[in-house]
Amino acid sequence: MTASADTLGPPPTSVGVIGWLRKNLFSTWYNTALTLVSLWLIYTVVGQLLVWTFTTARWEVITANLRLFMVGPFPPEQVWRVWIVLCIVSVLMGLSASVYGGTMRTFAVWLAAAFATLIVLDLIAEQARPFADFARRVAEGGASQFWLALPGMVWLLVNLALLALGWSIGRGRAQWRTALILAWLGSFFVTVALLQGYGKDTWLPEIGTNLWGGLLLTFMLSVVSIVVSFPLGVLLALGRRSKLPAIKIFCILYIELVRGVPLVTILYMTQIMLPLFLPGELRIDNVARAMAAFTLFTAAYMAENVRGGLQAIPTGQIEAAHAVGLNDAQTTLLIVLPQALRMVIPAIVGLFISLFKDTTLATIVALLELLGVGRSVLAQSEFLGLQTEVYVFVAAIFFVFSYAMSFASYRVEEALGVGKR
Amino acid sequence: MIDVGMVSGIRDMIVAKDVHKWFDRLHVLRGVSLTVKSGEVVVMFGPSGSGKSTFIRTINRLEEHQRGTIIVDGIELSNDIRNIHAIRQEIGMVFQQFNLFPHLTVLQNITLAPMWVRRWSREQAEQAAMDLLRRVGIPEQAQKYPAQLSGGQQQRVAIARALAMQPKIMLFDEPTSALDPEMIKEVLDVMTQLAKSGMTMICVTHEMGFARAAANRMVFMDGGQLIEEGTPDQIFQNPQQDRTKLFLSQILH
Ligand SMILES: Nc1ncnc2c1ncn2[C@@H]1O[C@H](COP(=O)(O)OP(=O)(O)OP(=O)(O)O)[C@@H](O)[C@H]1O
Ligand SMILES: [Mg+2]
Repeated sequence: MTASADTLGPPPTSVGVIGWLRKNLFSTWYNTALTLVSLWLIYTVVGQLLVWTFTTARWEVITANLRLFMVGPFPPEQVWRVWIVLCIVSVLMGLSASVYGGTMRTFAVWLAAAFATLIVLDLIAEQARPFADFARRVAEGGASQFWLALPGMVWLLVNLALLALGWSIGRGRAQWRTALILAWLGSFFVTVALLQGYGKDTWLPEIGTNLWGGLLLTFMLSVVSIVVSFPLGVLLALGRRSKLPAIKIFCILYIELVRGVPLVTILYMTQIMLPLFLPGELRIDNVARAMAAFTLFTAAYMAENVRGGLQAIPTGQIEAAHAVGLNDAQTTLLIVLPQALRMVIPAIVGLFISLFKDTTLATIVALLELLGVGRSVLAQSEFLGLQTEVYVFVAAIFFVFSYAMSFASYRVEEALGVGKR
Repeated sequence: MIDVGMVSGIRDMIVAKDVHKWFDRLHVLRGVSLTVKSGEVVVMFGPSGSGKSTFIRTINRLEEHQRGTIIVDGIELSNDIRNIHAIRQEIGMVFQQFNLFPHLTVLQNITLAPMWVRRWSREQAEQAAMDLLRRVGIPEQAQKYPAQLSGGQQQRVAIARALAMQPKIMLFDEPTSALDPEMIKEVLDVMTQLAKSGMTMICVTHEMGFARAAANRMVFMDGGQLIEEGTPDQIFQNPQQDRTKLFLSQILH
């Protein structure tokens, strides 16, 4: 009796969870088999991974060396400078979140989440110990100890607060858009100045770049190289199309030479050869030389990417620009470059992501960037054999920032309608 | 047209004498001479590949001529970049493919050159741009991007963009031949209105209705030479050259 009622019932549902499962995962027998095999694989792999992460792994190798991972051999009593830099970034991120919205807002949320997670982890791991320690040091050493001994958790809380502050101040202030870009650029120079310091016995004693390390060094290497190689690459690409033979030949030679040499070689060459070319009194430190290598290398690839975009601009655009009276420079800056660059955003961001990861090569010229710190930590006797933990941690950090760049690129592409026009 | 003549005195706006042009070995312009007076509307027509585009493009130096002289409003076109610049500011050009700037809004397309070349303030440039958009009948499209407009609307924006520099001469290179039939009229209407307002114009077009309504003079071009010229009445009713007759019979059926 019920059977006949069933035959009159509605056709198998194709909406809802069951419908979705049936349609996408169990539609045919081999789909079903594939689904089951995948489930089993995911279960074993992810299961193992979770078990390892939460029971087997000895994360104390990370927590005990966290400062090393973040700033390397940077003098501990000067680490507050790095915190200040982070504070500046937090304020700017907060402001950008409300002024620009979109991707910046997502990033700000991520950053806030990261701060919150670190605070919670810190609470779980350390409980009140840092505060007791802080109180003791201030009691013993007086006010001068205040900034030096301030626990990381306080800094994290301050950052979180600054982020929120920036966010609320920036509300409804679309007119700050340009100013904020300048502020970001300015913050870059402030950062360099702050980290470097000046003089010997000043309030901000000089810290040689040989003491920069860890994630801080990775960041500085990538940011400097990205910021400098971008305009350089655009100039090279334009130069390659120049009507002046000297400029054109120089650009072609440069681009082809650099692209024909492995990055490692360029790293070695700048270490050894830059000092030979430059006058003796102008000494450049290791970090600056590595920055030069990454910049020069990336600029060549950047130029080729931009050239692709330039070639895709129809001549009609240039003719129309000339016809309304724009000169060559205006035509390039106002008509050609904006269109060419937005066409190659994905390629450029891809390039920057590789650059970010390639900064690990700086270890081979004895710089202690993130990976280098990892390896030096592993050389400590009490952490022998913890390669997995260290490399997973380093890989996770690289992944997070690479993914953030890639994500931003997609969002910018969408906003600009790349490929739609 | 008459009032412009009375105010400024009719003078020669474009004087081309014996203009020659080669693309590599291909002799494209073979001694073209043409004088256009202020306020005059000249329609240029002829078979494909006869050099019409090439000729009007030499007038604002999008193409360089290799022999002969071209004088625009008293300035001779030479390799002097300042002369080229001065002449381009006096000439507006409208292309077959519109060539609007796709990354800029309609309003920005129009205000760009006045702001960067004439150094107008943004307010002044935008006010002028809105006046022009009203004149070509699409003020409501100001904030859109070119890709969001129909072909006819895009071409009207292109006309507004050219007019924004307050040129003394307008060049049109087959402005309607990339358009669907139903959009041709809206563009021709704008051009006719412009012609009536006293603008000096050279139009490469095969829209004979427009020629009849707006042109003072028609020139027929073939094989890189001007074969025949005359008023629209003369050309349509009593063409002198066989090639002109043949071509007209082909396009008028
Ligand atoms: N940039 C160029 N390089 C080489 N040859 C060209 C170039 N531009 C035009 N030509 C040639 O010059 C001749 C004249 O071309 P032009 O475009 O002036 O003709 P047109 O009369 O405008 O024709 P259409 O009605 O098809 O637009 C043609 O044979 C064309 O192939
Ligand atoms: Mg043509």
